[in-house]
Amino acid sequence: MTIDLHPNIDENLVQILEEVADPEIPVLTVMDMGVIREAVARDGVVYIKLTPTYSGCPAMDVISDDLTAAFKKHGMEARVELVLAPAWTTDWMSEAGKRKMEAYGIAPPLEETADKDALLGNARIVKCTNCGSTNTRLLSQFGSTACKALFQCDDCQEPFDYFKCLK
Amino acid sequence: MKNQDLYIYILGIADNSLILGQRLGELCGHGPSLETDIALTNIALDLFGQTRSYYRYAASLAGEGKTEDDVAMLRIERDYRNVLLVEQPNTHFGHVIARQYLFDVFHFQLMTALVDSNDETLAAVAAKGIKEVGYHKRFSGDWLKRLGDGTGESHEKMQEAIDHFWPYIAELFDTTESDERMIESGVGVDVATFRESYYSEVTDQLKEATLTVPENPYSKKGGKQGVHSEHMGYILTELQYMQRTYPNLTW
Ligand SMILES: [Zn+2]
Repeated sequence: MTIDLHPNIDENLVQILEEVADPEIPVLTVMDMGVIREAVARDGVVYIKLTPTYSGCPAMDVISDDLTAAFKKHGMEARVELVLAPAWTTDWMSEAGKRKMEAYGIAPPLEETADKDALLGNARIVKCTNCGSTNTRLLSQFGSTACKALFQCDDCQEPFDYFKCLK
Repeated sequence: MKNQDLYIYILGIADNSLILGQRLGELCGHGPSLETDIALTNIALDLFGQTRSYYRYAASLAGEGKTEDDVAMLRIERDYRNVLLVEQPNTHFGHVIARQYLFDVFHFQLMTALVDSNDETLAAVAAKGIKEVGYHKRFSGDWLKRLGDGTGESHEKMQEAIDHFWPYIAELFDTTESDERMIESGVGVDVATFRESYYSEVTDQLKEATLTVPENPYSKKGGKQGVHSEHMGYILTELQYMQRTYPNLTW
């Protein structure tokens, strides 16, 4: 089985897709998250393939409804299908998305090796979203949701979420 | 049903996640600290997410308009295929960690092998799930070490928990007749191929946690054949309560 890692998204649809926010991190759009794997218009119907970040992500049903509603607002019918393969990775998040995430107060994912070092407590490299210090440590491998870990800054003492690398 | 073996094979994997997730869910609001409470319920959520994908697939094989909820909620006890390990009670935090750790190591190796299944759906669920299970294993492995190599009391409780669950491991590596036919057709995973690496990984980590590897040759099994321990009925009573009380309830 060959898997195409590049999403097949019709450029004309991008603007509407960007109106749909991630319900858990509302500053990010579904495009920023990289969860749209396909969006094509055929015979007046928009066919969308959506992939979950985590298997149990409760946001998927909401996103699916929001997508349908967004296209309806523009007079289009959208049909959303949930696809599992290829499995979502944090690499699909856009750079702009990662910056917005940081400004929102969630430290964006580091690359795989650095992520492991940070989560195992081998290196203090996750940047505090409050003061920018990297003098931070892991409090818990699971934060407010399964995709995040909880960190604390030892300079400003502020706790914050870190979006774990998923590869 | 046209593919009974595949249906039962899927349940054998999915039911472990459902019942363990249900056990972890009982800890919601009762974890020893806020962080562990949230971690354990997040793990439960991952397991439920994976299980939904399996049950959706199983429901499509069952036909007759069955849905994932029917498969998850409306079977009788004898039709659940989970191993006895995952239905054992939470008792104390040491038990929660021991049960989780012994399952996570197995689960990770199973997912690793299932990625190569020639069934595209199972391979996709595994490829997705394996990333999550890696985090589960790190969580339970860390706590195993922290408690084993912690205070006198935590060490004693952790050892008692490992001794308690040790007899349940053997069932993870049992294969049913359906399993064997699925292995033959390239859909199923032959668990015997990673039995040794399972025991060596667990042994190494127990030693690192200053715990003694049990030598108990006795084993407890039956769940895979639908013969469960006395705890299972209570779990299902709670799990199925809404559907049994208000049949066809949706929300
Ligand atoms: Zn800080």
